[in-house]
Amino acid sequence: VRITTERFHEQARAALADPELRAALDRAADGFVRRRSDAMAALPTLEALRSQAAAVKAHVLDHLDHYLERFAEALEAVGGHVHFAADAAEARQLVLDLARRYDVSTVVKAKSMISEEIGLNQALADAGVRAVEGDLGEFILQLAGDVPSHLIGPAIHWTRPRVARLFAEHLGSDPEADAQALTEVARTALREVFLSADMGVSGVNFAVAESGSLVLVENEGNIRITTGAPRVHVALMGLEKVLPRLADVPTFLALLARSATGQAASAYVSLLTGPRRPGEVDGPEHLHVVVVDAGRSAVLADPALRDALRCIRCGACLNHCPVYQRVGGHAYGWVYGGPIGAILDPGLLGLPRTRELPQASSLCGACSEVCPVKIPIDDLLVEHRRRAVERGLTGRGERWAMGAFAFLGERPGAWAAAANTARAATRLRRDGDWLTGALAGRLPGLGAWLRERDFPAPAARSFRQRWRDGLRHEPSARRDAVGFAGTGGAGIDGYGTGGAGSGGAGIGGAGTGGDTDGEGQA
Amino acid sequence: VRVAIFATCLGDQLFPDAVVASVRLLRWLGVAVTFPEAQTCCGQPAFNAGHHAEARSLARHHLRVFAGSDPVVAPSGSCAAMVRCHYPPLLEREAEHLDAARALAARTHDLASFVTDVLGVSDVGADLAGERVTYHDGCHALRLLGVSEAPRRLLRGAGATLCEAPGHDVCCGFGGLFAVKHPEVSAAIAAAKHPGIDASGAATLTSQDAGCLMQLAGSLRRTGRRIRTVHLAELLWDGIARANGQPREGGSRAP
Repeated sequence: VRITTERFHEQARAALADPELRAALDRAADGFVRRRSDAMAALPTLEALRSQAAAVKAHVLDHLDHYLERFAEALEAVGGHVHFAADAAEARQLVLDLARRYDVSTVVKAKSMISEEIGLNQALADAGVRAVEGDLGEFILQLAGDVPSHLIGPAIHWTRPRVARLFAEHLGSDPEADAQALTEVARTALREVFLSADMGVSGVNFAVAESGSLVLVENEGNIRITTGAPRVHVALMGLEKVLPRLADVPTFLALLARSATGQAASAYVSLLTGPRRPGEVDGPEHLHVVVVDAGRSAVLADPALRDALRCIRCGACLNHCPVYQRVGGHAYGWVYGGPIGAILDPGLLGLPRTRELPQASSLCGACSEVCPVKIPIDDLLVEHRRRAVERGLTGRGERWAMGAFAFLGERPGAWAAAANTARAATRLRRDGDWLTGALAGRLPGLGAWLRERDFPAPAARSFRQRWRDGLRHEPSARRDAVGFAGTGGAGIDGYGTGGAGSGGAGIGGAGTGGDTDGEGQA
Repeated sequence: VRVAIFATCLGDQLFPDAVVASVRLLRWLGVAVTFPEAQTCCGQPAFNAGHHAEARSLARHHLRVFAGSDPVVAPSGSCAAMVRCHYPPLLEREAEHLDAARALAARTHDLASFVTDVLGVSDVGADLAGERVTYHDGCHALRLLGVSEAPRRLLRGAGATLCEAPGHDVCCGFGGLFAVKHPEVSAAIAAAKHPGIDASGAATLTSQDAGCLMQLAGSLRRTGRRIRTVHLAELLWDGIARANGQPREGGSRAP
């Protein structure tokens, strides 16, 4: 799998310059945000559900070894098999071994981020196994040799006209086809694959420890066929996907569908418990679940980062992130982008190569606000930044500047002197009340700002100077006093008199001023 | 009632008119205002960038400066949120400072909430009748402090016509150092707010946060938009002056 997390800056700039990406993101985001908001507004128990979901996930993570063992036992008891993979390479090898064992020539795949994470398609192709994506978005990406840019809408960066051109080129369809016709084209092309596949590979939304059940949600129906029609079903899951009881599932289904697409329920929810049993007419003969670690246990062992593993991959944080909405998922350089990627990727790939990602946030907190399992995403972004500093991964210039900033910050006289000098120097370059783009590149520190937008010229005098120069003792206008003093005339000095009882109207301090409307004013 | 004004470093250096207006507004409402002159910066830039040793130094300094028991009022949601939300965990392992940090967190307020919630005033006696105003929610005011109604109540109380912009609660892209670490992304986020601001039909854009205003005003101006951009405190103080027959003060920055 290609990992380019180091190049966030240039990838983000390239994304900003791509009008087609812009159109695609705008179109998708509006719908996601509005539909989620409507769905959540109609859910009076939302906050209780979020708290419950967060608590269940936190509990599972605290006892993950226990629940994974229970899950494995339960699944084996109904005829399934569980394999544990320490890393991506082991996970790939396990799937390849299964393909060989069952003499598989065609694999049909459901959308699975973890299969993207471990680079399964390439591994299967290298082994001579035909693997076809059965999810429409993934099908588009596979035809184009592209990679997903969103957790639930992998081809969200593709516009319809571009898909029409792609299908025309590869499948001979009408280059002007509309969305419905394009879906029909994909459906026809996939039908043969679904019917001929020997193995279906899927992800897992939730794995239930008490029953060994796998829960998968979708809207297209392809997962149903992928997991039911072929002889063999292989499900890949991150080790954090387990839930204790079946009774926990509805809470998560309610939150996942609403958070992801604003639906009250996904079109299809599959609850798969073991392979086909005697007397059943469909379902796979063999069911294997590959539980993948690939860095997750290290995150689990890190109390400050563990909360990131609560994620149920709904994508709401991406849809509400102002940065993701501008640059899209590819800028982040790996499978998991957006806010969740920025906190998860450093845990899974290590901070040195992902250190740019936690910086790519204004810390607006919209992600944490919408997270259905209450991951404190913005706090974790800061935690990664803190670690980057601690490990010396930030630039020397920034460290020096912060040191100077703190040094001066504890020395008010020097602070004010330095600020006055900087202000005066900057004011020399002003054009009226503003510093403009003409100065970009010529003002150290402000150059980056001025390339993109204007900057207000610093005031001639700081607040501190104005306080000393008169504001401190300025006779103040009081609404409870008689007459308005404006800003410099005669009036009652609220400061000098302690602010109580000095007014003509006899109001003793502002607390009793209440909501009354300017009584006693001339 | 006596409060200490926490000017904030942006307010002190770049938006002194907003801090002056805050002082006058508080005095107008009968509040005595002190300005502890040793104040510098709350340390938020260092904290957000992950330089927590430096942030702790500045936090300890801020605690010393604002010792005592007076409420502390900042014309900023973001800086108030730094003290209210981040100081206690930041100083968690410093037993000698933790109690003070918690106490300071509890008595630190953003200006609008202090006026509405502590003073209990919705109508400050300003005349903004006929002014079409749109309010931008600073993210930290909105999401860390839960402030969205207080500034709007003050604007409505002054008779302003509140013109909500689609996306008023979406980040402006400032983000402190983010604005210079990722200038292109930051500016693109600001530009994405322009259509909403245009659509609001407002003649004035206001907020409680100087950082957001700096970002939005700079971005609006760069694209040739001429909406007036002014801090909430200045807008209210102007309205008080107008209500009392005074011409509008200068200092409001129209891009």
